[in-house]
Amino acid sequence: MASAQRPLSPHLQVYRWQITMVMSIAHRASGIALSVGSVALVFWLLALANGPDAFEIAQAIAGSWLGYLCLAGWSFCLFYHLANGIRHLVWDMGYGFEIPQFYASGWITLIVAVGLTVLAWVLGLYWLR
Amino acid sequence: MAMRTAIGRVRGLGSAKHGTEHWWLQRVTAVGLIPLTLWFVASIVMMAGAEFETAYLWIASPAGAVPMILLLLAGLWHGKLGLQVVIEDYVHAEGFKVALLMLVTLATVGLGIAAVFAVCKISFGE
Repeated sequence: MASAQRPLSPHLQVYRWQITMVMSIAHRASGIALSVGSVALVFWLLALANGPDAFEIAQAIAGSWLGYLCLAGWSFCLFYHLANGIRHLVWDMGYGFEIPQFYASGWITLIVAVGLTVLAWVLGLYWLR
Repeated sequence: MAMRTAIGRVRGLGSAKHGTEHWWLQRVTAVGLIPLTLWFVASIVMMAGAEFETAYLWIASPAGAVPMILLLLAGLWHGKLGLQVVIEDYVHAEGFKVALLMLVTLATVGLGIAAVFAVCKISFGE
């Protein structure tokens, strides 16, 4: 820890917000949200294993407005983390490190994540009818 | 006096103890989770509004049970590794940090066992 009088290097608040930093933070945030979502999935499976009565309750919770809100959020987090995770794997292989490529892959990732989320919900709600 | 070479004695004893294992396992689970996630979303979309019977038969079949167990084990472990990094980055109080890391590990193992138990009960039960 630096003592109070020493100069600090520039920190978050001095930077203009840009898509690259937002996506980096969102990757962590979506990962945390998905960890919480995995708890819900395990409980859904336990309810299914428990029998029709418990499953009925689980489906009622999932089908409530709060349930839909959580499912909508988790579905976007899942697609976002998936798409941005692939972006990270591409970086791990050593590609895409030019500044314009950062921006391009960022926008592509975001469009893919939103597109897949909308597609999944359109199909899901279509099946539901 | 030891018969072991210098490299043999220090290998695996660095400050992190595990070298790149954490980083690598995060990548291995990530790659495994790509097809599993797509399978999961496609299945859930088709399960929208499903009755108990439909969902039960899905998890009871090997084609539902095996990917579901793989998804949960890979996903929970991937999440455990990710949460660990987040905690190590942002929680600086040593005691609280260790407690949180322990909680994440225990919760991960607990949820994993519960998930496998649930799928097995559905698959083998009745």
